[in-house]
Amino acid sequence: MAELKDGCVQPARGPLLPEEEAGEAYGGRKLSGGVGMIARVGKPAPDFEATAFVRDYGFKPVKLSDYKGQWIVLCFYPGDFTFV
Amino acid sequence: MGVEVLSMSTDSRFVHKIWQEQELSKMVEGGVPFPMLSDAGGRIGAIYGVYDEAAGVDIRGRFIIDPDFVIRAMEVLTPEVGRNPDELIRQIKAFQHVRNTGEVTPSGWQVGQVTLKPGPGLVGKVWEVWKP
Repeated sequence: MAELKDGCVQPARGPLLPEEEAGEAYGGRKLSGGVGMIARVGKPAPDFEATAFVRDYGFKPVKLSDYKGQWIVLCFYPGDFTFV
Repeated sequence: MGVEVLSMSTDSRFVHKIWQEQELSKMVEGGVPFPMLSDAGGRIGAIYGVYDEAAGVDIRGRFIIDPDFVIRAMEVLTPEVGRNPDELIRQIKAFQHVRNTGEVTPSGWQVGQVTLKPGPGLVGKVWEVWKP
């Protein structure tokens, strides 16, 4: 994948929710309108695409499902340059 | 262990780059090796249940996802307390063991310790095989 020709605003696709499959895959809860928490243990991970910084590479979009077939640890944290 | 790590915060990818260069590279030689993802607007954090709307940030949430793309574990903390990587690694090893063997792992299980083989014969007999 070629490095993004990067402007200041690079649209990130964010959550990639299959509207039609969503009902079944995510336990029958409707996803249209205000989408709340979908992640559940024992259920498929909600897919997404986000822009990323990758060491020795630069900027590129990363999709969670790019890593399907491997063990993944996804870690959220409040912010760069903070204390903990 | 064969695990891909992805980190994510509401910071932009530009901030991630400078954080890596200015600070992380002084804590970890060469900087962190995993992709640093940007969740601008918290939309991804929202569906993972970790977006704090009042603060506008994703709080400390950690998810283990197996090769079938199923979430196996989640841990969410408010921001003041850091995580314990040893417990993360223990859980991954336990889930990998379960996936590979069909056995199940009792409380606090570490690699090499006794596992349990679910079945009618084990009912009421856990005390015989597992002595913490």
